[in-house]
Amino acid sequence: MTALRELAKVIRSKNAGPHEITFDVMFTDEATFARVRDSGVLTPERLARLYRADVSHVRVCTFFAPALAFKLTLVRFGDQGGAGERDTFGAQQHAPLLDVEVP
Amino acid sequence: MSGEVTVLTPTGMLGYGYREADFESCVRAGVDAIVVDSGSTDPGPSMLGLGHTLVTEESYLRDLRPMVRAVHRHRIPLLIGSAGGAGTDEQVDQMVELLRRIAVEQGIALRVAAIYSQLPRSVVRERLAQGRIEPNARGELPSESDVDSSEAVVAQIGAEPFEAALSGPVDVVVAGRAYDPAPYAAFLVPRGIEPGIAWHIGKILECGGVCAEPKGGGALATARADSFDIKPMGPEQRCTPLSVAAHTLYENSRPDLLAGPGGVLDVGGCAYEQLDERTVRVSGSRFEPTPRRLIKVEGAAITGHRCIFIGGIHDPVLIGQLDDFLARVEAETAELHPELAAGSASVRFHVYGRDAVMGQREPNPVPGHEVGILGEVVAETPEAAKAICTSARIGVLHLNYPGQLATAGNLALPLTPLDNPIGPVCAFSLYHLMEADGLEHAVVREEVGA
Repeated sequence: MTALRELAKVIRSKNAGPHEITFDVMFTDEATFARVRDSGVLTPERLARLYRADVSHVRVCTFFAPALAFKLTLVRFGDQGGAGERDTFGAQQHAPLLDVEVP
Repeated sequence: MSGEVTVLTPTGMLGYGYREADFESCVRAGVDAIVVDSGSTDPGPSMLGLGHTLVTEESYLRDLRPMVRAVHRHRIPLLIGSAGGAGTDEQVDQMVELLRRIAVEQGIALRVAAIYSQLPRSVVRERLAQGRIEPNARGELPSESDVDSSEAVVAQIGAEPFEAALSGPVDVVVAGRAYDPAPYAAFLVPRGIEPGIAWHIGKILECGGVCAEPKGGGALATARADSFDIKPMGPEQRCTPLSVAAHTLYENSRPDLLAGPGGVLDVGGCAYEQLDERTVRVSGSRFEPTPRRLIKVEGAAITGHRCIFIGGIHDPVLIGQLDDFLARVEAETAELHPELAAGSASVRFHVYGRDAVMGQREPNPVPGHEVGILGEVVAETPEAAKAICTSARIGVLHLNYPGQLATAGNLALPLTPLDNPIGPVCAFSLYHLMEADGLEHAVVREEVGA
């Protein structure tokens, strides 16, 4: 098992408009990309569980070969920039992905 | 260089600053236009709701001066999207006024075209009633009161109003709220660049040098009919296929199809090739026009007034029972302030050092040896918010708890005043696609300066 942070070059989160937060994981070579993709670890069900979200809030969960990337998009909690906001830019929601173990 | 067009974006956001020497050397080497984005919804709804600009006037002036000099010296246009942050009509006028000041300072005349994209609430209300507004990403349609309560409503314009502004003699185009890549497409497509290439350049360059390693500063793209080359403005940075491909995905829900006004950019078949040490060539971008013209409508409403306090807790006895303790503080505060039970006011605690960033999404809820508490109170008036905030802060400071040894106070307070009103709270009341047929965006031309 290897942590995702050891395999990826970029792991980040950011707003995609005020109602969604999107996560990008980028790899530098096709073999690593294929290893993570084929491991079956990054699924909507597992990632919803990791983020304590309902699986219906997973809008996109896909590998994208042209950019050697994985993308996850979740519906955001609450109103962006409104009362109770925790992360206006959505830029610090990526950390749980760092430690996802990949066989 | 026939058939090639170069556009330069010196910074990802007007007012964030950039290295003037790098900018000058790029301009001297030859660029055909300078494009810079000035707005975003990322900082939240308060710019639109309160009319605040993203940075100060001084920062705008500092960033604009070298660009205006380049415009004048090299007779190349400068295109500014989403003026001021939210792109309201007032912020467009403020930006034009800053350009006037710079033109006077530099003793030059500037031909400015201003594009206004604020919408009357009545237009949105009417189209809502006609079923011509689509649900947002959460599947919600706005209510009539969402429309009526909006302090301002702007439409994210596409390329057409920029093309109209560029169709006459112009030095600077200042646009209200605009889809970030739109000014790039408006400049490039009429110069023979494939729409897919033009929109893809816009998607990458609107953030300046974020597509480079290390990220930051500016970037420039040289386009030809069916491909483009992208490189960072700073000589110590480089673009790589990964950094450029990564940026194509940035801030989009999907990695392959990027929807905007007028069509969808399909980057599913793109190739990224390292051309030299710092430059990447991109090809294969496709643009599919959409038959129905839709426009993104943004509105922001004031939902209350906020007062905050901040402090630290180091006592392990208290940290060990913090959730129970804060629930008791909230209950005691509600006894003093009936607005809390009635739902017209709220108290929230953000516990830094334990789940403050991710909240209920936090998979690893482990407390540290100290935690920070941000108390956030929202109420209908600033006075009510301050009164409730003071009660909540006194509660956290002095409420007793089981096992207490430290009886002098529960909170290390770094700030005086202890309770700080921070103004109105806004929320996006509208962020929806609306049918755009029949909507016109005024382009106003004037000459400023000498």
